[in-house]
Amino acid sequence: MAITHLKCRECGSEYDLGAQYVCNQCFGPLEVAYDHTALTTDVASLRRRIQSGPQNIWRYADFLPLAGRQPAASVRVLSQFGLPAGCTPLLRADRLAQRLGLKEVWVKNDAANPTHSFKDRVVSVAAMRARELGFDTLACASTGNLANAVAAAGAALGMPTYVFIPSDLEEQKVLATGVYGTTLVKIKGNYDDVNRLCTEISGERENWAFVNVNMRPYYAEGSKTLSYEISEQLGFETPDRIVAPIASGSLFTKIAKGFDEWLALGIAEGSAPTMNGAQALGCSPVATAFADGADICRPVRPDTIAKSLAIGNPADGPYALETARKSGGSIDSVNDDEIKAGIRLLAETTGVFTETAGGVTTATLAKLAARGDIDPEERVVLVITGDGLKTLDAVRGTFDEIEIEPSYDQFEASIGVTS
Amino acid sequence: MAVTVKIPTQLRASVGGASEVAVAGSTVGDALDALYSAHPELRDRLTEDGKLRRFVNVYVDGEDVRFGEGLSTPVKDGGEIQVLPAVAGGR
Repeated sequence: MAITHLKCRECGSEYDLGAQYVCNQCFGPLEVAYDHTALTTDVASLRRRIQSGPQNIWRYADFLPLAGRQPAASVRVLSQFGLPAGCTPLLRADRLAQRLGLKEVWVKNDAANPTHSFKDRVVSVAAMRARELGFDTLACASTGNLANAVAAAGAALGMPTYVFIPSDLEEQKVLATGVYGTTLVKIKGNYDDVNRLCTEISGERENWAFVNVNMRPYYAEGSKTLSYEISEQLGFETPDRIVAPIASGSLFTKIAKGFDEWLALGIAEGSAPTMNGAQALGCSPVATAFADGADICRPVRPDTIAKSLAIGNPADGPYALETARKSGGSIDSVNDDEIKAGIRLLAETTGVFTETAGGVTTATLAKLAARGDIDPEERVVLVITGDGLKTLDAVRGTFDEIEIEPSYDQFEASIGVTS
Repeated sequence: MAVTVKIPTQLRASVGGASEVAVAGSTVGDALDALYSAHPELRDRLTEDGKLRRFVNVYVDGEDVRFGEGLSTPVKDGGEIQVLPAVAGGR
């Protein structure tokens, strides 16, 4: 298969393809390396093979870090391949574009995944790789969406799961995790506390696959499927600009990597998109570092309604900064009121109801458009990563309701005259 | 001033397999210098040009030292310093 080794992003040290996530020499993060030379001979046949693949992320198996048998089109056995993630809609949002003074805006609606966030993509990859490596238990540190995805994946695959979350998480995300029969551990602290504990636990529990700790090099690769899909849905072309949220920075950098890979292989045509990152003002260590011209992020204590982005100590922050700068993009932040307005803007112009993270992303797109950063002729893709039903508090009290007796006169009195 | 340094699994081979090492020091920098004196190869693993590498996180009694005064952050007698790789990535 195409995967060859793990490589340190900092110092270049190479390692075998095991459950290792950090460089022993410098503590830098490890990344999966591939050899795609066998793929590059005939782009047209490669595109056809992708198009005839299954309606999920495994249609891109050639670019994902599995060593063994690739899931095939016919396979729908949950206990073997888990919940089918990906192949979510890419929607041309003309009414949103018009509102922002732009011409071509697309919404990649990743709320349409099995557990309603993009996390099903990364968990699918991590879980399959965990099985290949002989793990029997899945675990994660999560701000909610990952918790949902890991608990559900374990249920589908028949693997026990341990899910660690901050104790103040939105109720919807807690309920939508516990229902799958996981061992749910609430930590009295924020996500960074949870993550630190899980890093420590993963060093002691060697039979556990922590999807975002010891499985992280494989897990992170799953995010590339977002760019593959966007390219394929645009007719194997790249968009001009991506607006995507930043928490740890992993999704943001891997989206850019996915486009780079397909451009290098000739599968996608065009050029590398401008990358705009979106953070909540109440947790904006990467946006702050971008504005300051710094190449590392000073950690912060999160205070925002966008809890799924509330990582105060973002591991991939330095790489997110490089990605934004190299592409000519930026990393911006928006406040809680702007986040709520962003949720509303997307909902009332597209019919897509997103969670607070999507509010951050939409509000950031609106900010970029208002600032004149976007040429109206550009083809822009807004990456919506999660579902509004997970963060209902953010929209409570933001609209008027009319309550009347079941009487036509009352209807006419309250609504009829105004219409 | 005795403090405990918790050693991450990746570095335990360098300290004879121990998960904790007791050292003397009243700041994080002093304590880590004492650790490097006892286990010289750790210096290059954790620092570059005298500064902590960017993917090394250090905590004093659970608090990231970058919230405090970095390597000058004081450590109380009996306190605990934890060294961890800066991995994250969940949501």
